[in-house]
Amino acid sequence: MINEKQLDRQASSPPDPHGSEQPASLSEPFLHRLFGNQREFKTNLSLLSMSLPGIVLLFIFAYLPMLGIIIAFKDYRFNLGILGSEWVGFRNFEFLFGTDAAFRITRNTLLMNLLFISTTTVCALTIAILMNEAYRSRMSKYYQTMLFFPYFISWVIVSYFVFAFLNGQTGLINQWVDALKLDRIAWYRSPEYWPVILVLANLWNGIGFSSIIYLAGILGISPELFEAAKIDGAGKMQQIRFITLPMLYPMIIILTLLAIGRIFHADFGLFFFLPRDNPLLYSTTDVIDTFVYRSLVELGEISMAAAAGFYQSFVGFLLVVGANWVVRRVNEDYALY
Amino acid sequence: MSVTTTRQTTSLNRYRVQAYLGRFAVHTVLTLVGLTCLIPLILVVSISLSDELRLAKEGYQLLPVGFTTFAYEYILQEPRQILRAYGVTAFVTTFGTVAGLLVCSLLAWPLARKDFRLRGPLSFYVFFTLLFNGGMVPFYILVTRYLGLKDNIFVLILPYMVTAWYVLIIRTSFAQLPTELLDAARIDGAGEWRIFFQIVVPLSKPVLATIGLFFVLRYWNDWFLALLFIDDSSMYPLQYLLYVLMANINIMAANPQTTGMPIPTLSARMAMAVLAFGPALFTFLLLQKYFVRGITIGGLKG
Repeated sequence: MINEKQLDRQASSPPDPHGSEQPASLSEPFLHRLFGNQREFKTNLSLLSMSLPGIVLLFIFAYLPMLGIIIAFKDYRFNLGILGSEWVGFRNFEFLFGTDAAFRITRNTLLMNLLFISTTTVCALTIAILMNEAYRSRMSKYYQTMLFFPYFISWVIVSYFVFAFLNGQTGLINQWVDALKLDRIAWYRSPEYWPVILVLANLWNGIGFSSIIYLAGILGISPELFEAAKIDGAGKMQQIRFITLPMLYPMIIILTLLAIGRIFHADFGLFFFLPRDNPLLYSTTDVIDTFVYRSLVELGEISMAAAAGFYQSFVGFLLVVGANWVVRRVNEDYALY
Repeated sequence: MSVTTTRQTTSLNRYRVQAYLGRFAVHTVLTLVGLTCLIPLILVVSISLSDELRLAKEGYQLLPVGFTTFAYEYILQEPRQILRAYGVTAFVTTFGTVAGLLVCSLLAWPLARKDFRLRGPLSFYVFFTLLFNGGMVPFYILVTRYLGLKDNIFVLILPYMVTAWYVLIIRTSFAQLPTELLDAARIDGAGEWRIFFQIVVPLSKPVLATIGLFFVLRYWNDWFLALLFIDDSSMYPLQYLLYVLMANINIMAANPQTTGMPIPTLSARMAMAVLAFGPALFTFLLLQKYFVRGITIGGLKG
């Protein structure tokens, strides 16, 4: 993804050696001026027709919903439709920010994402460095498999895993609590534990993926640097501290910034399935995405959902653009655009 | 002279011992972390193989209590619901992956072509969807009210078919194809479509395999579209069926077919989970290296 730009630049800078850039004379018809001579016109037409199905699907499923975002400023009535419904200005937002929920979901989304970003970065880096040390060993493949497989297990299934650990009567953790002669904990009624539970579940799920990305970064460091350090008598820890980590800094900064760009978007499945949509846990587990879903589908408060959704899309967009602006200043090649 | 040699040997030996200990520590930590990741899996499989009555009494344990496959027999004895969900998921996954790969690569190829005049605007058109989206509410209203796709099997497929991220990964790979081959084909009079299917696609098998696998897992693991758009229980995909079972624990007990039998809700629930992630896990184990390659291509390296 990140190297798109580099490729783009390489691709677009040298002029086409086969002479497709001949200046078109003014007498040529408009289409020819746009698409060059007849052969080029045919080529371009073929290419355009290839991309057509994709263009149409993106238009329907990505661009129409973008336009539909005006619904946040309307009093949506099903029978009137989006265009027919009445404009109400910022009333939906007044309604949304008049509730306690607005603060709660913003706080939970931001704090949980910050926790996720920091824990994942630290753990993934540690694992990547360890994996690099073990890279030549036969075991390396097995470590990777064990760490990576959770990434492909859906949150619905993870909710079964979590339930097996935490449910009040039969859950594994409470069996252990019993064995230690302590009081059982009603996990599904105690919101204070959920930030930790969610952080652990998120780590379990994503650590393999992130550590593979960092491992690729470490493997990309020139081996000569390590050789030179070894000759100078640097031990492993010193090599890690003075070569591996500094060489990874740009990558760490950029991945973190990109994650911050997405900080307003929570992982819906994680926050919806694991706490099992339990109102007792909302104080720590309700995020913007779950709130939007609940308002829209379960409560039918479409205006509220639309306002919260617009709030998320809008602030999220500003954050992505802002994060990308910072990334460009750090290292242009890593910017998204 | 001899003194320095001895000192060198001892320091060399010490270095070796340290290196050995270091390696030992690395492997120990990685093994422990890896096994910790496996615990949830072991727990759920163990529960699914446990005896229902002992589970109720002794609670869930890491190893099966009273080994039995009764939970699986119970599910498979009245397999209509789960088979139906498997069928829906299998259709959605197969159709979605093939169609998605086709549409994404057809969109990626013009974007990789320097001589395509609309390359710039089209790149922006695809790329912008990564930056901004309308969110759930307009999407929901669009699909239910305007497209009328509620409870239609294709609502589980169409929205994921074009994913900008996949398009960009495929484009990166396409852009690295040697242009000589394409020029040669063009001189031989091959049209663009023919070049695409007979040269570009066969040469790009690795990236298409990787993206294909991403598609497979995306469709296999999807519950989101069903959560929003599927009410008809005969169209539940597997993951959504699992969610419904979890949300409504008594749904199995309410099944009229099961009267007069001990209902293994505790173990059967976990057996359902095992049956749902089993195939995905198997696919992953078989094709792990393609995923790793895909992530490194898509992530940071070229």
